[in-house]
Amino acid sequence: MSDAVITPPVAHAKPTTAALFMGFLSVGIIGFGGVLPLARQMVVEQRRWLSGSEFTDLLALCQFLPGGNAINLAAAVGLRFRGPLGACAALAGLMAAPVVIVILLGMVYARFQHEPLVRRLFAGLAAGAAGLLVALACKIAAPLWRRPVGAGVAVLCFVAIAALHWPLLPTMLVMAPLSVLVAWQLRA
Amino acid sequence: MTDTLLSLAGIFLRLSLLAFGGGNTVLPEMQREVVEVHRWMTATDFASLFALAQAAPGPNLMVATLIGFRVAGLPGALVATVGIIGPSSVLTMATVSVWHRFRDKPWRRVVQAGITPVTVGFVAATAAVIVKAADVNLALTAVTAVVAGLSLATRLHPLWLLGGGGLLGVLGAG
Repeated sequence: MSDAVITPPVAHAKPTTAALFMGFLSVGIIGFGGVLPLARQMVVEQRRWLSGSEFTDLLALCQFLPGGNAINLAAAVGLRFRGPLGACAALAGLMAAPVVIVILLGMVYARFQHEPLVRRLFAGLAAGAAGLLVALACKIAAPLWRRPVGAGVAVLCFVAIAALHWPLLPTMLVMAPLSVLVAWQLRA
Repeated sequence: MTDTLLSLAGIFLRLSLLAFGGGNTVLPEMQREVVEVHRWMTATDFASLFALAQAAPGPNLMVATLIGFRVAGLPGALVATVGIIGPSSVLTMATVSVWHRFRDKPWRRVVQAGITPVTVGFVAATAAVIVKAADVNLALTAVTAVVAGLSLATRLHPLWLLGGGGLLGVLGAG
């Protein structure tokens, strides 16, 4: 890919700090069940801040680094156009509505959590959320069927956390370098 | 109060940098800290707060805000939110300019290939931990199984599946 493709189209002005805030605010408000597809729609298709390939490249970084993918993406897009202030504006925009909504939900929950009906509602919601997580785990595990060594690493990590209740940091400090080393040995 | 806020900050600042593969990988550690180490709530409460966060819009780390709010009110929510987004955002900003230079380097693919299975294992562990906390009876286990099956087999929006779970809970599964 040449640099010409990944340079932003000159026809479009750099978004202002306020535009970054408003853009990510719109994503945060309607981002039920996953923000990333909406973020792509807003950044690439509606506001044309980035081309599709630029977005994909930034997203790869955001998925590679720790932290929420959408959160990292807001920081990266904001920084790119308006520096650290732009990053803060994008992050504040992304988080503002969800934080307010989640706190309101938390207040309602705290007020009514002992009502039998509300307890049953939340028991059902939690069971549903657990089901979504099971499905997510199945989806991301699927490519490992063709990678027995990778599948073995995944099983070890699963057992360490879910069965042995090891703390995450030491588990990760052992398993991640080991897994990268194995991937290096197996590289084609 | 200050001690609680400092504990919250310590937990979420650390989890921010451990969340490889997105927010879902750190939930077991979050639960371990919040339920077992600090005993701020039960595992069932934790599962409920997780469900509540899933029902709200926004990034999937919103459970941090809820835990902070539950433990220490609005200051707690603020500390937990800034904690969970701060370090990873700063790291992203520090990395974004050098990232482009490495985009075609082979080691990037190797590191990614190495991290992926670790992420898969951690997400599976998260599912197991939340299932264990949420499914306290057979009917709720069935709800989890049906939602998982529908999510894998159909393109239904997750919010419908969550809502269906909540409805089944009200109708007696809970």
